[in-house]
Amino acid sequence: MLVAVIVSTALLATEYKSPPRLDSLRATLSFFVDPLKYLVDLPTVLVEQTADSISSYRTLKKENERLREEQLEHQARLLKFAALENENIRLHALLENSYKLGEQVLVAELLSVNMAPYEHIVVVNKGTRFGVHPQQPVLDANGVVGQVFRALPFTSEIMLITDPNHAIPVQVNRNGLLTIAVGSGQPNRLVLPFLPGNADIRPGDLLITSGLGGTFPQGYPVAVVDEFTSQPNKAFATITATPKALLDRNRELMIVWSDSTPVPLIAKPTTNNEETKTHADK
Amino acid sequence: MQTNNAAGFFRIVLTMVLAMCLRILPWTGDMAALNPDWVLLVLIYWSLAVPERVGIFHAWTFGLLTDVLTGRLLGQYALAYSLIIYLCLKLHKQLRQFPLLQQGLFIFFCLLLSQLLLFFIKNLQHPAQLHAAFWLPVFTGTLVWPLVYGALRYVRLSRRMR
Repeated sequence: MLVAVIVSTALLATEYKSPPRLDSLRATLSFFVDPLKYLVDLPTVLVEQTADSISSYRTLKKENERLREEQLEHQARLLKFAALENENIRLHALLENSYKLGEQVLVAELLSVNMAPYEHIVVVNKGTRFGVHPQQPVLDANGVVGQVFRALPFTSEIMLITDPNHAIPVQVNRNGLLTIAVGSGQPNRLVLPFLPGNADIRPGDLLITSGLGGTFPQGYPVAVVDEFTSQPNKAFATITATPKALLDRNRELMIVWSDSTPVPLIAKPTTNNEETKTHADK
Repeated sequence: MQTNNAAGFFRIVLTMVLAMCLRILPWTGDMAALNPDWVLLVLIYWSLAVPERVGIFHAWTFGLLTDVLTGRLLGQYALAYSLIIYLCLKLHKQLRQFPLLQQGLFIFFCLLLSQLLLFFIKNLQHPAQLHAAFWLPVFTGTLVWPLVYGALRYVRLSRRMR
């Protein structure tokens, strides 16, 4: 009994002080446990597959047509995008600023398991076997989902941006105002607690990743501001935003590798006084 | 005798695996907060029914596996489970005689103790972020205890495991 208590306390203390030290033990144990996650996920997969196989020829054809149209549209937009990217690189070169290029993605599928309530952590079916490592950004088709929190051999745990322990550096797309978006613990809700009452931000503003902090590459959409209230008796405004990514509906996620190491970006000229003021306020 | 022993052990492990699956079952929305600690309930049953076979070591091992399964700090479930199984082993002779109501009360305190331990450890990590709903699994766990008890009793007696 005493042995059990001592050993578990020792484990707790070790992991609390220096998390990476026990990673190999966790990886070994996960060999026994990870199959369970796949097992629990099995019914969902089966339902999906049967739904796929019994969906009629008509619906499939319709979906195919729709996807084809969408693809065409995206292709056209990409043509323009390539030109814009090249132009951007040239401009950055003029500014003697480095530019991050070439991000690689890996599509991972969500396993429908529930690790713990109150924590917005999901499990996907790709792990260190595919080269996934902690702190990689995770996206879906609409925006940033979260970051890899822990990578095990066959699965990895992803912390969503709505987790109360998660914060992501963002930038208002309209004027470059920098701030941090913190998870609220509620699904589909972010809060921006560090902006003063007179900040230039309004409902409908798109928040994109600012690239500061080095975890998330710059320029991916994160959320849309949906409420801005400033109270005279408080130093900071209450701002909430809704994530762009479909956090609770998507099964396919993309884990991103950025090729270059994080680059300290020089503040853009559009980043106005507001931002310096925010920092001063903090 | 030996085969019977192995079969019995296999049965215990199988129920534990089932309990762990139940533990991570995706419940929709707010229901997730109600999901009781199945692993602990099954462990308690086996430690009361066959104390010579399920000891603190088993509790500790399954606790560690649960830690990995649910992505906690390694060792917190291991600590909680081994403590509670220790209590159960100490008291199993009396507990077997208890009527269901009294047993339920004991289970309630076991679950409460385990949740308290987890609460302290969690509070060490990131203080004051827990909801009142954190304590709900204690109540639901007590409510499903008769179910677990009945089901596992059926499993145990279905082929005379002794």
